[in-house]
Amino acid sequence: MSDYILETQGLTKDFLGFTAVKGVNLQVARGTIHALIGPNGAGKTTVFNLLTKFLRPTKGSITFKGEDVTWVKPADVARRGMIRSFQISAVFPNLSVRENVRVALQRPLGNSFHFWRSQSVLDKLNERAEELVCAVGLQDFIKHDAGELAYGRKRALEIATTLALDPEMLLLDEPMAGLGTEDIGRIAALIKSVAKNRTVLMVEHNLSVVADLSDRITVLARGEILAEGVYAEVSANPAVIEAYVGTGHA
Amino acid sequence: MTVLTDDILPTSGRAVRDEMIAFAVMAGLLLIVPLTGVYPFFVMQALCFALLACAFNLLIGYGGLLSFGHAMFLGTAGYVTAHALKVWGVSPELGILLGTAGAAALGVITGLVAIRRQGIYFAMITLALSQLLYFIYLQTPFTHGEDGIQGIPQGYLFGIFNLARPTTLYYVILAGFLFGFLLIYRTINSPFGEVLKAIRENEPRAISLGYKTDQYKLLAYILSATLAGFAGSLKVFVAQNASLTDVHWSMSGEIVLMTLVGGLGTIFGPVVGAFVIIAMQQYLAGFGQWVTVIQGVIFVTCVLTFRRGVIGEIAHYFRRSL
Ligand SMILES: Nc1ncnc2c1ncn2[C@@H]1O[C@H](COP(=O)(O)OP(=O)(O)OP(=O)(O)O)[C@@H](O)[C@H]1O
Ligand SMILES: [Mg+2]
Repeated sequence: MSDYILETQGLTKDFLGFTAVKGVNLQVARGTIHALIGPNGAGKTTVFNLLTKFLRPTKGSITFKGEDVTWVKPADVARRGMIRSFQISAVFPNLSVRENVRVALQRPLGNSFHFWRSQSVLDKLNERAEELVCAVGLQDFIKHDAGELAYGRKRALEIATTLALDPEMLLLDEPMAGLGTEDIGRIAALIKSVAKNRTVLMVEHNLSVVADLSDRITVLARGEILAEGVYAEVSANPAVIEAYVGTGHA
Repeated sequence: MTVLTDDILPTSGRAVRDEMIAFAVMAGLLLIVPLTGVYPFFVMQALCFALLACAFNLLIGYGGLLSFGHAMFLGTAGYVTAHALKVWGVSPELGILLGTAGAAALGVITGLVAIRRQGIYFAMITLALSQLLYFIYLQTPFTHGEDGIQGIPQGYLFGIFNLARPTTLYYVILAGFLFGFLLIYRTINSPFGEVLKAIRENEPRAISLGYKTDQYKLLAYILSATLAGFAGSLKVFVAQNASLTDVHWSMSGEIVLMTLVGGLGTIFGPVVGAFVIIAMQQYLAGFGQWVTVIQGVIFVTCVLTFRRGVIGEIAHYFRRSL
């Protein structure tokens, strides 16, 4: 088996003649934190949507854990161990923090169609749910509705929910968006710790976070890969500086 | 960890207690109806509609799916039960079973067609399917078209309970209603209900966690159809007829109205809504065509001033779960 957990070959997505993603060959090594960066509209979220099957590619293929997953359904990709987060934080707002995590823990139990049974069959998951909630520092909010949480805490909850499925690979779309400095530090530490025995592919605009966390970086601009390498290489690349300065990004 | 576990879920624990009290009050009131001199026929009819609205509410309030064709389940079950009782001469329990099964089968077929559509498209497809069925029922001989199936024998339930006796019939209908109501309550609070709520809250997120959301929505739809059919079968014993009004689109509209007036996504709201609307039709019958206008005004007022519905507003005001 190859060292790459995820590979794409010539991944392309057209929206009515506009090519959002163009011939992307991405390789993510197992057990690393890989960052996908680029100016606004570069196609990063679109790549995520293609990888997690929320969009169908126009051309190209995707290999996950050595198997071609180009045409599998989104829920099946999740079941194979690739779980994503969303650019706009995705929690279940009217469920409590504990219930948010429990919904994820519940899936492997295989009782999710049992409409005749009491919810109390899920109580055995509470302990594990609480561990996860504590691990992301939300223990004080466990009984609150997720919709009431501040941005940073919603992010943390989203990560806890994702971890509940113990995925081999996490895809995080701008985990730091909208967070204050102390939240950024906390979430960064969290990502670092969960990445110890997992692979993380992360879209992020905050370059100091990218510099700090990632083992490898791919720069995307106008749907194409512009550069790839470790932070020092990429940040010194004139084409990358040009692309960022050109769109007014720091 | 112990700090967190020793007071298990105070909020939802309180919610369960509130709901139990409300249920006890409702069941208690309904049990003594025959002693109060309230016209039992009215209450029985309202109970059938209450169950229908609860079934509808399961789909929209917890599954987030607006069906605008729920009358087709009410009407189909009604026709099947009426036909089985009158023409085949089956027992009441078998008649109910057949009617409910008919609605369930219709739920499977229409659900497979409709469930992949979202929002307004889902509503439109369910409406179109129910209109299609309306015209089929208008043409097929067994429904007797405009006349409907009349003079249905009520018979003896399980060979013991004489359904021609109003008090016996009342308690049978009440038992059916409570059974359906509790089944819906259990469904909402089951492992399945948890996933359903998650899908309603954020479908892409539920998918990204590995849930095949279409399958959950389909099951919710079939359950809702089956229970709506159960209400339709029970109603045959009350009205002693089955007619086109029950399959008409305006009936589907009335179901929506009942649920909205009472409180969408609340447990007791649809029951209250059904009683309010049926009472209005009963007591305002003297106004003839104006009933529709009055209903329209109430509907508009409801949407503009108390959007959560009667029970929804009360629950919100007292921060309670009802
Ligand atoms: N579903 C869609 N339909 C049509 N166009 C789309 C769709 N999704 C994305 N696009 C277009 O594709 C391009 C890339 O968008 P994408 O969201 O992938 O960028 P991004 O790199 O994630 O940007 P940002 O940093 O702002 O999140 C944009 O021009 C966008 O308008
Ligand atoms: Mg994006």
